Amino acid sequence: MVAVSVAYGFVNGTVGAVGSAAMEGAAAAVELCLSMAGVLCLWSGLMSVMNASGLTEALSRLFRPLLGRLLPKASRDPETLAALSGNLSANLLGLGNAATPLGIRAAQRMAAGCGGQASDELCRLVVLNTASIQLIPATVAGVRAALGAENAFDILPAVWLASVLSVTAGLTASWVLARFWKK
Amino acid sequence: MDYSAWLVPLLLAFTAIFGMSRGVNVYEALTKGAEEGLTVLLRILPPLVGLMTAVYMLRASGIMEPVAAFLAPLLARLGIPAETAALLFIRPVSGSGALAVGSELMAAYGPDSYVGRVAAVMLGSTETTFYTVAVYFGAAGVHRTRYAIPAALAADVAGFIAAAFAVRVFFH
Repeated sequence: MVAVSVAYGFVNGTVGAVGSAAMEGAAAAVELCLSMAGVLCLWSGLMSVMNASGLTEALSRLFRPLLGRLLPKASRDPETLAALSGNLSANLLGLGNAATPLGIRAAQRMAAGCGGQASDELCRLVVLNTASIQLIPATVAGVRAALGAENAFDILPAVWLASVLSVTAGLTASWVLARFWKK
Repeated sequence: MDYSAWLVPLLLAFTAIFGMSRGVNVYEALTKGAEEGLTVLLRILPPLVGLMTAVYMLRASGIMEPVAAFLAPLLARLGIPAETAALLFIRPVSGSGALAVGSELMAAYGPDSYVGRVAAVMLGSTETTFYTVAVYFGAAGVHRTRYAIPAALAADVAGFIAAAFAVRVFFH
């Protein structure tokens, strides 16, 4: 990126602007981080209160029937199901540090005995995790707040709609591709 | 005032009351979580310094304009603003890179502008696809990933189109 911008700046006669932009960008990164620190910490704190109040477990219980339909084979194993529902609810609350180990544990159990080949259900689990289902995107809200947005969280309904459409598209694509893809 | 103005205060009050009713030491849990937030911030700051520098340089060189102009017809058909072209490419590959590009867009166009909001919703509704695929399949010892990557990228493309669509529905 740096090489391209210097080269193009040279050709375009904007190389001076490129130089000062470099300083500006570095400063902007620190400024952004500092000014979003409050919002990010507050929401991380909030999620940790929810987690401590047992909301994650309650959500996990809620997800079990859904997972039984989405990943029927994996859900038959109680330990995999526990990891899967924990993964889903931690993702929903934006607890990335909690979601990933749980998801990996589920993936390891699901991949056991498959000889290094992804099963349809494992593909679906990965697609579910590559599509963000986070209810409150705290980092983005923090950036918006730092830049002086009128209401940093007013994008939430739009984020939810986009997330639902994106997850639906991912699962539909997995379902369609599963019929054509050789095992 | 619109309904989303209620969301934050209600959520804060609900969490506090819910936590207390469950006998949780709310303040302690809050500060512990805030500490975690700080470690997240510390982790994203160093790459952000490098990436924001590169993104600002790229913008200043003026190369984004011809690239955006080249992609504009295709993006216009999908309803995606051409200004966000760079974000589309970096989003599945690098989380901090996407944050750098997205923040720059929000700063340049304003967080409450159409482009700024679309960038924010795109960031909030998609993930770093390749990283996630690598982590999960790597840990599970899977080398033949079959259709997982195309399906995940389909979700990303749908997320981008949906982000622009959702912002138009809710704001403009």
